[in-house]
Amino acid sequence: MSQQTKLQTPRAAVNRLGSARSGTLHAWRQRLTSFALLPLTFAFVAILVSLVGRDFESARALLGSPCPAILLILFIGAGAWHMALGMQMVIEDYIPGEHAKTLALMTNALFSVAVGLAAVYAVLRLSFT
Amino acid sequence: MAEADPSQIPLEQRRPLSPHVQIYQWSPTMAVSIAHRLTGIALYVGTLGLAAYLLAAAGNARSFQTASALLGSFIGQLILFGYTFALMLHAMGGIRHIIWDAGHGFDPEARDKLAWGSLVGAGALTVLIWIAVFILR
Repeated sequence: MSQQTKLQTPRAAVNRLGSARSGTLHAWRQRLTSFALLPLTFAFVAILVSLVGRDFESARALLGSPCPAILLILFIGAGAWHMALGMQMVIEDYIPGEHAKTLALMTNALFSVAVGLAAVYAVLRLSFT
Repeated sequence: MAEADPSQIPLEQRRPLSPHVQIYQWSPTMAVSIAHRLTGIALYVGTLGLAAYLLAAAGNARSFQTASALLGSFIGQLILFGYTFALMLHAMGGIRHIIWDAGHGFDPEARDKLAWGSLVGAGALTVLIWIAVFILR
């Protein structure tokens, strides 16, 4: 692969293939969301535990009241973002083929958004009906 | 971008490969690192269950009863227990990573303590949560 046979400049050959001052953005977002999730996880567990033994009406009342609902929405939002970032790393590490990798990355992004929005929709519906 | 076929390159000119994972001797840090990734994947799948449960609660009395019955069954309880432990282990792994990101806990003794500590902490928290569940039941 000699440079003389290529019409591309070296810059053009590597453009958009690596870090251009965005190399740490993924790692930063992973840590930002994990930092948010640490207290939110314990709030989430507390909400789940206080659901134990409740019937339909009282479970709805708890999940739809402002404080648990807001904490749940924050947990779901930070969680869906965090899990999308984490699964992206897993896919990049283990899926070798370019096409399979791209398809998996797209599926991951869309699945994370879809599952997050569905859960937020449920909490909002519990809050406003 | 066309990549060169590695089998066409002479052996001594190929890029070095790391040995297969089975070559390494198990260490506590390696075990919790693998567990962190595995619990992350498990929690990823578990989010689907959380969304399904919330949608069932947002639905009608029947969908809520179905979800409650599923979660209350033996398999449901087993999955919930596993989810709790995975969540706690992943959270403790997060704390371990925050400590490492801050530049602490890298000497051999400290990093093994952090590895074992996250496992023990996750186990203790899981037991505490399930004691609370059985008291409220």
